[in-house]
Amino acid sequence: MSDVILEARNIFLSFHGVAALTNVSFKVHKGEIFSIIGPNGAGKTCMMNCINGLYHPKDGQLFLKGVDITKMSPHKRASMGLSRTFQKIELFGGMTVLDNIRLGRHLHLNSGLLSSCIYWGKTSKEEISARKFIEEEIIDLLEIESVRNEVTGMLPYGMQKRIELARALAVQPELILLDEPLAGLNLEETEDMARFIVDINEDKRWKVTCVLVEHDMGVVMDLSDRVMTLNFGVKIAEGTPKEVQENPEVIKAYLGEVEDLYVSRR
Amino acid sequence: MSAAGDPGFKGEIEITKDLTLPKLLVQQCEKYGDSKVAMREKEFGIWCPVTWKKYLDNVKEITLGLVALGLEDGDKVIMIGDNRPEALWTEMAAMCAGGVGVWLFQDCLMDEVKYIVDHSDSKFYVAEGQEEVDKALAIRDSCPKLKKIIWDDPKGMRHYDDPMLISLDEVMELGRKLSASEPGLFEKLVNKGKGDDVCLLFYTSGTTSLPKGALLTHYNMLTMGQNLMRVDPCTPSDDFVSYLPFAWIGEQMMSISCGLQVGYTINFPEEPEVAQANVREIGPHVMFAPPRLYEQFTRTVQVKHLDASWTKRVIYRLGMKVGYHTAELKFEKKSTPIYWKLLRFIADKVLFSKIRDQLGLSRVRHAYTGGAAMGPDHFRFFHAIGVNLKQIYGQTEIAGISVVHRDDDIKFDTVGTPIPETQIKIGDDDEILSKSPSVFVGYYKMPGETEKALKDGWLYSGDTGFIDEDGHLVVFDRSKDIMILRDKRKFSPQFLEARLKFSPYIKDALIVGHNRPYVVAIVCIDYNTVGKWAEDHGINYTSYTELSQIPQVYDLVMRSLSDVNRSVPEAAKITRFANLYKEFDADDDELTRTRKIRRAFVENRYKDIIDSLYSDTDLLHMETNITYEDGRVIEIKADIRIQDVKEGGKK
Repeated sequence: MSDVILEARNIFLSFHGVAALTNVSFKVHKGEIFSIIGPNGAGKTCMMNCINGLYHPKDGQLFLKGVDITKMSPHKRASMGLSRTFQKIELFGGMTVLDNIRLGRHLHLNSGLLSSCIYWGKTSKEEISARKFIEEEIIDLLEIESVRNEVTGMLPYGMQKRIELARALAVQPELILLDEPLAGLNLEETEDMARFIVDINEDKRWKVTCVLVEHDMGVVMDLSDRVMTLNFGVKIAEGTPKEVQENPEVIKAYLGEVEDLYVSRR
Repeated sequence: MSAAGDPGFKGEIEITKDLTLPKLLVQQCEKYGDSKVAMREKEFGIWCPVTWKKYLDNVKEITLGLVALGLEDGDKVIMIGDNRPEALWTEMAAMCAGGVGVWLFQDCLMDEVKYIVDHSDSKFYVAEGQEEVDKALAIRDSCPKLKKIIWDDPKGMRHYDDPMLISLDEVMELGRKLSASEPGLFEKLVNKGKGDDVCLLFYTSGTTSLPKGALLTHYNMLTMGQNLMRVDPCTPSDDFVSYLPFAWIGEQMMSISCGLQVGYTINFPEEPEVAQANVREIGPHVMFAPPRLYEQFTRTVQVKHLDASWTKRVIYRLGMKVGYHTAELKFEKKSTPIYWKLLRFIADKVLFSKIRDQLGLSRVRHAYTGGAAMGPDHFRFFHAIGVNLKQIYGQTEIAGISVVHRDDDIKFDTVGTPIPETQIKIGDDDEILSKSPSVFVGYYKMPGETEKALKDGWLYSGDTGFIDEDGHLVVFDRSKDIMILRDKRKFSPQFLEARLKFSPYIKDALIVGHNRPYVVAIVCIDYNTVGKWAEDHGINYTSYTELSQIPQVYDLVMRSLSDVNRSVPEAAKITRFANLYKEFDADDDELTRTRKIRRAFVENRYKDIIDSLYSDTDLLHMETNITYEDGRVIEIKADIRIQDVKEGGKK
């Protein structure tokens, strides 16, 4: 199938004998929003970490755009068009917002140290085009003009989450892994963030495929094209939001643990 | 009373009954062409210039596009959105095509949008982006005269395929096609216009009733701009920042009436949130803003000063003493002794120039305030730091302005003397009447109202005032708002409110005292500064409502009230007050869109609090609703404390 952008085949992951992921296989199609849900400790973030190369699965294979990336280092995967945000914010608190975003663009700059010092010809052109991309498109899309020159660590949490997304976008990814982008946000911030996710997914300029890990079921069910449910590292369901919601296994997994998880915020 | 005929200013144009704004635009574009920047917009972090030629090209394309879509003479084009070049282009285009421009405030709620779109018989609705388009789509069924909705910001618009919608780019494309098939059409349309044609339909904010639409002609707009500039000339090399709503006549007066005549550069900020930072980058030469903005400036300075280091605080204290003293001498028209001049020079170097720079006022030659009353303390403050702040008085009905301070003749309790070609007199009941070439034609579809406001060419303002011994006009208040105190003295509640707002902790206030035994106040604290104060003093709070009711905050507010009480007559002293659990808001109809208080409405709404202020209770339980901008209504329950002002006032 040509439109599969990411494929996981029989992934196993364990930490000192504790199985985190057991035989998980799935495919993500180009252009969709694919959500991974599950109770706490189900292995969602482990799966994310396997995809972008922080963890190496004990067994199984991962394919990005048809290329086997199982043994590839994270930065190589990034240069293939894979990008991510983190559940806990991983920004450089002492740097400005713009610098943090620029960092994501570093991957696409080819000039060497010497030519960067001289800053002439190709190098300056490259820098200008990078600036254009970062300022014109990302900052405008995410509406962060007002904090452009602020020090990141001083900003409110919700804004920092947005800047994480901005940095991930600066990589110009084809596939983005969003690890709980809505955790800890208030209602208004949640609505904004959900809109941004839809924007980067649908807008002609971006068309980024999203893999989303999220606990806010209201948002997950609204945004996702397909949903996969994990429970204790085992895949128990996959399908459209409606199918998954009606799946008895899923209901059991959730009701057995925390009753409230299905209660959406709205 | 009428003004001395000031001589014409450099670059003054001749205004005939044949001249229209579009004709002037064409003239200016021929004069400046590609060599001068007409406007700049900060986009994606960079100031992007638009030359006069490009300005005209864009206007031309939009004009013809609108004509291709069926715009005819006298059709109304309603516009809503932030200040941006496209907004000005569309407005000029509507006029070029013989149409009439109508403006809506960006934050208008659905009902207001519906009322104005329907009442103005608008045919085209020009929106900025998704939010404004949504408003139009929601009301279009009840506004059958609406034909097309035009938008220019594509963000969020990808799923909209309604046949009524069209993007500004498509409109311009239609215009280019029409221009190719009918060359010379644009020139023909522009030449057809006459100075007495209506060009703008301006809805007044209406502190008392439904908005009324004032019809203004090209001639009105042009003469007003010219007469203002005869007092304070502008030059083509000036910069002006346009960031206050276009739906406010003051912004039209600066961007259209003055801007087009003299050809200065108009700058548009990137986003409303960064407007203040953008103003600082540009450093405008002229500005006109409602008092609220200047009040915000003083609050910012006062609060930042409290945060500064010890040395800076000392410099501020000493410098301001010098500033206030020399400003006072200037007001009194006394000569300044040489040592004070020297001190002022030093203070300017170490303090005032820095403050002006931080506020974006470092190059300001004339700063105007108008639209509402401003307290004398603010005036003193700005003149102390070397900003030439002047009061303007006028109405939408007179195209914005009729009276202004002269540079060497500023009295902060007056609004100045009339601009050239303008006569002011005091009618029956002390009502202020004015007459000038800029007086409007009438209200749209309200002949009764027109008759009340316009008699023999005199405009009846509904404001009370008098002319003082120096020939300055003193505006007392709206006639309806004047209160009679217990000693039978007339007093203006606005005056007390303006005084109160000099305190950094008070954002708004409502003064009540008409035919009552004593004067009381309902105070809205400033959330940011009081919040900061509370944090500094280790006081915890979670919301505005909670913060406003903390006893220490009451004492803080009371100190500000006592300060004001010391300088007003005995009967006008504020005796009791309460902090309100929310700020006054235009969405709750408490303020007009230009943020003037709608006194009768607010007094009625907070009747319970006012009754308690005139009783012996010191706690009132309230349940009420708050409307959010998206139309949600939230119920609030709160206990309101009532407190006596210990010092200065007595019950």
